[in-house]
Amino acid sequence: MRDHNDTILAVENMSVEFPTLSGVVTAVRDVSFSVGREKVGIIGESGSGKSTTGRAIMRLQPPKAVVKADRMQFENIDLMKASEEQMLSVRGKQIAMILQDPKYSLNPVMTVGEQISETVILHERVSRKQARERTLAMLERVNIRDPRRVFDLYPHEVSGGMGQRIMISMMLIASPSLIIADEPTSALDVTVRQQVLSILDDLVTERNIGLIFISHDLNLVRSFCDRVIIMYAGQIVETVAAADLDNAKHPYTRGLLNALPSLDHPRDRLEVLRRDPAWLEN
Amino acid sequence: MSMINVDHLAVSYGRGETMTRVVKDVSFDVAEGESFGLVGESGCGKSTVLGALGGRNRQWTGTITIDGETINQKRSISQLAKQQMVFQDPFGSIHPRHTIGRALLEPLEIHGKNNRQERVEKALKDVGLPLNFRYRFPHQLSGGQRQRVAIARALILEPRILLLDEPTSALDVSIQAEILNLLKDLREREKLTYILVSHDLAVVAHLCDRIAVMQNGTFVEVASKKQLQNGSVTHPYTRTLIDGSRGYVVKQV
Repeated sequence: MRDHNDTILAVENMSVEFPTLSGVVTAVRDVSFSVGREKVGIIGESGSGKSTTGRAIMRLQPPKAVVKADRMQFENIDLMKASEEQMLSVRGKQIAMILQDPKYSLNPVMTVGEQISETVILHERVSRKQARERTLAMLERVNIRDPRRVFDLYPHEVSGGMGQRIMISMMLIASPSLIIADEPTSALDVTVRQQVLSILDDLVTERNIGLIFISHDLNLVRSFCDRVIIMYAGQIVETVAAADLDNAKHPYTRGLLNALPSLDHPRDRLEVLRRDPAWLEN
Repeated sequence: MSMINVDHLAVSYGRGETMTRVVKDVSFDVAEGESFGLVGESGCGKSTVLGALGGRNRQWTGTITIDGETINQKRSISQLAKQQMVFQDPFGSIHPRHTIGRALLEPLEIHGKNNRQERVEKALKDVGLPLNFRYRFPHQLSGGQRQRVAIARALILEPRILLLDEPTSALDVSIQAEILNLLKDLREREKLTYILVSHDLAVVAHLCDRIAVMQNGTFVEVASKKQLQNGSVTHPYTRTLIDGSRGYVVKQV
């Protein structure tokens, strides 16, 4: 029942610029994309602007950065014109963000349960008791076996995989319609990663929402997402269906694929990516 | 002849009540010029095995023979030079306020080597860095270049063995390919023996002929590269790791 054509987020010609002492650095240059009720992956190397793009959508860029766009439409909200007050109700309630490392992104001096409840109390003005009920149900939904015990734990008392599941429950408890996940599993072991992803996958499908999955792991994005956006030096070089990634045309995408060691296609030497300055001209 | 022979190695941290045995009982052999891989999840003890081999951790029992010489917990300086380590994070493993040249000189000073200037130049050339990089500071280098410096620092003592602890985990795929190619070339040119620790099975299988899969401080399986490629592995944990390296596996309902 997933309708991919139903656009949740539309971004047209968005640029993010950082003024520095030695001139303006353009971290993201004229990117346009839309996200429906689907899983969209953004891949690129460090510094390609993938995280900056994710943050700019939620207007979480550093205060000095300048975001320009022809259009940034999230459901019925114009993100370019929305006041900071409006944004407060968008962030967490309508667009939620899952970050890379739960060790650093959870509040270390608040219990897990309090942190998750905070989101519901803030956005839905429910009572503490109701918030607790909701939190326990949500923890159970992300396969935490003993939610009552985990509710009172501090982030340092839980493992990495559990921390990431807690983060997912915190982000999903207010029922957002778009989730931006910035390298959600990079800090996790392979076995735990699988678990966390399948929970995320289930929830996205079950609630029929959109997901932007930012990652540098080609194999992961290819197998997890529906569509893949490939970024290079702040620009989108190509957008392909995940299943067609092997047939990607852009030399940069091809270069990344060939640079990857693979069990299925062993090679003696890995291809080294040659960067072509012409990729930056459009 | 085998370059490294490890028999019933057990390694622990801490003393008395709080002593934790991280590596329980591992035995393996690495031939001269071979690359041996260690994979497993965090905390399984793979880096600790390297630590014991490299002389970083002395709290071990069992027998370690390197290049025909049985090693004691305390080693001579020439025994220590025989194997050198390359660490994961090139941002954390090079002194931020020393120039590259000075970082490369340090092992030479400790080991009392002569011809220091020539050795520094040769090491930089070996890893494909321009000679004027010796006057730079680590923050003026990219991640891949820093990892080359870390490899140069390990090579400068002319070791027989390189102990590689996740050498490409902090790098982008394109840079990872460059470093893996460099490691392959160096092994052939300098006749080096490698032990490579990684959590990425594809990386280990690319460089290594035999791969030990570790879980909870023991080897669950030692598989050949072929076995990993055609999937004829026996242990379920190895299979999980293989599936994981291919990406996300949709649950079968």
